[in-house]
Amino acid sequence: MMRLVLRGSEPRWVAPVAVLVAVLATVVLTAIPIRIAGANPPAAFERYLVQPLSSPQGIYEVLLSATPLLFTGIAVAIAFRAGYWNIGAEGQFLMGAVLTTWLALTLPDLPAVAALPFGLVAGAVGGAGWALLPAWLKRHGRIDEVVTTLLLNPVALLVVQGLLNGPWRNTASGFTDSDRFGTGYDLPEIVPGTRVHWGFAVALLIIALTWFVLSRTAVGLHVRATGAAPDAAAFSGVPVDRLRFRAALVSGGIAGLGGASQVMGVQHQLTQGISNNYGYTGIIVATLGGLTALGVVLVAGLLGDITVGAESVSLVLQVPTQLGDMFGALLMLTVLSALSWRRYRVQWRPPRRAAEDSEREEVGHR
Amino acid sequence: MSINLLAALAAMLTVATPLVWAGIGELIVEKTGVLNLGIEGTMYAGAFTGFLVALRTGSPWWGLLAAILTGVVAGLAMAVLSVTLGLNQHVSGLGLTLLLIAGCEFTFRMLYAGGRPKLDDKFDAWLSDVPVLEQHWLTYVAFLVLAPGTWWVLRSTGLGYRIHAVGENFEAAEVAGISVNATRYAALAVGGAFMAIGGAFLTLAVLGSFTLNIINGRGWVCIALVIFAKWRVWPVVLGALIFAVTDALQLQLAITTAFSDVPREVMLALPYVAVITALAVWGRKVHYPGSYLKAYRRA
Repeated sequence: MMRLVLRGSEPRWVAPVAVLVAVLATVVLTAIPIRIAGANPPAAFERYLVQPLSSPQGIYEVLLSATPLLFTGIAVAIAFRAGYWNIGAEGQFLMGAVLTTWLALTLPDLPAVAALPFGLVAGAVGGAGWALLPAWLKRHGRIDEVVTTLLLNPVALLVVQGLLNGPWRNTASGFTDSDRFGTGYDLPEIVPGTRVHWGFAVALLIIALTWFVLSRTAVGLHVRATGAAPDAAAFSGVPVDRLRFRAALVSGGIAGLGGASQVMGVQHQLTQGISNNYGYTGIIVATLGGLTALGVVLVAGLLGDITVGAESVSLVLQVPTQLGDMFGALLMLTVLSALSWRRYRVQWRPPRRAAEDSEREEVGHR
Repeated sequence: MSINLLAALAAMLTVATPLVWAGIGELIVEKTGVLNLGIEGTMYAGAFTGFLVALRTGSPWWGLLAAILTGVVAGLAMAVLSVTLGLNQHVSGLGLTLLLIAGCEFTFRMLYAGGRPKLDDKFDAWLSDVPVLEQHWLTYVAFLVLAPGTWWVLRSTGLGYRIHAVGENFEAAEVAGISVNATRYAALAVGGAFMAIGGAFLTLAVLGSFTLNIINGRGWVCIALVIFAKWRVWPVVLGALIFAVTDALQLQLAITTAFSDVPREVMLALPYVAVITALAVWGRKVHYPGSYLKAYRRA
């Protein structure tokens, strides 16, 4: 007879095994749509996961794809750590890109030495500004931030579309892209000849800084306490509401910085598709990464790998790129599900003793 | 003028219909203490499968049935994640939404890579039977059956008390012999079906086609409506009508010359801004259900 029992303590092997089981489950589940699309699942997975990493050029592309996810992932992780449910990284990313674009179009001839820092700061201000209203409503009106941050995402997209259809329409082509920025705003490549730009380094720097603040400073301790046990934290004098408010603004600022990095490093102009769902994917990155700095880096790398792979799979094997998105969402759900079982262990017992036990339990209840 | 007013009222009811279906679906779920952020994805999947099956079978009735089944499956998936496994409700709901939207887009692109398929006949059953307001039958059902029915069930039946007990205090409910998890499973399945009907209404009755941004945040609007309504049925309907007025107003203003300089996007953002404003004014310090966001574990 088999039954589930709560564990007293958790052996070290349980979590890794649970994650492994979840990864296998995700691979099996996503093999079905790949099969339906008419491709061979092992060959497709080789292209999704292995091939991008098998050449230096491929690895650079993976790092480039991971860059916006590093920003949105750590942004979401900071907010969630503080117990503030910022689901608005998508809108904050877009508004960061918008404010950077505004600066670049207003002062097109700024030299790089001024344009680069100001451009990035503009992005951070845009993102934090977009995060301000929900954070303020939460702090002063107890209005659920989940709803307000979510509702502002479609509004931010409308702002981008409105600007591109109106005042920022491309003056040369008439298309709904902004003009190209002045070259002073181009984030230079880290390795010449590749597309990986300094935005990637900025993202890593911010993640390292976040790790340091959260794990090595008093402020970090307060933030973690606020998220883990708000009542206890408030009781011991931590200003819970103020910390959450600030975490919300920092989170929005970093998401906005991601938008700035994307316009300055990759597109060099504002486009309608500037955010490829990066804000929502950031929630997957943060959650799968266990809301830790290292976890965010690893998961952003994995999803970057799959994004690059999905492009090639879609070209060669005609499997739509959305399979990469399905993989990410499914992986998050399966990993969380598998980890939720780790508090339990399976107990095998001969039926006779089981019967005795349940008898004893019944007696105990009486 | 009076004819125009009637036309505006009719348009408003049509816009409000999906919000009433999905909003009441979310209300039922949240009354048991579960926040289903899978609503956006469930509406999307309902819109997509409803359209796909109607297109393939030629019958909107099969489409509607497929949407309902999709909604039930999505609701049960949310139940497994948030009730049985006890995962964080925010994360599991969002994960479900992302998965459903990606899955539907995947299928749509695989099947219709090039073209934009369209239904030959929109789902016009009942449309001509009532001469004045010319509404689709799903609209009449939403306002005349779903809303009063849910109100009555929640207010004066044993089932309603049971839902309320689970949502407010699940330990007490369990002591009183109510199965918390079974109640939540049932609410998520039924609520999911209503959300999917709301989505399918858009493809089957309004557009007759499927577009990739068909739901476009309407699910999030429903979440806001439920809070705005403080978990009561009629204020959800009222909120849906207010959203619809703003939406209809935005259309009217867009064709008025006085506002022709205002960008279309500003108008399109109006309903969302109206919902946030409504929340800011009436949604402050609301009393959430007692077991909101909590997973039930038998001690």
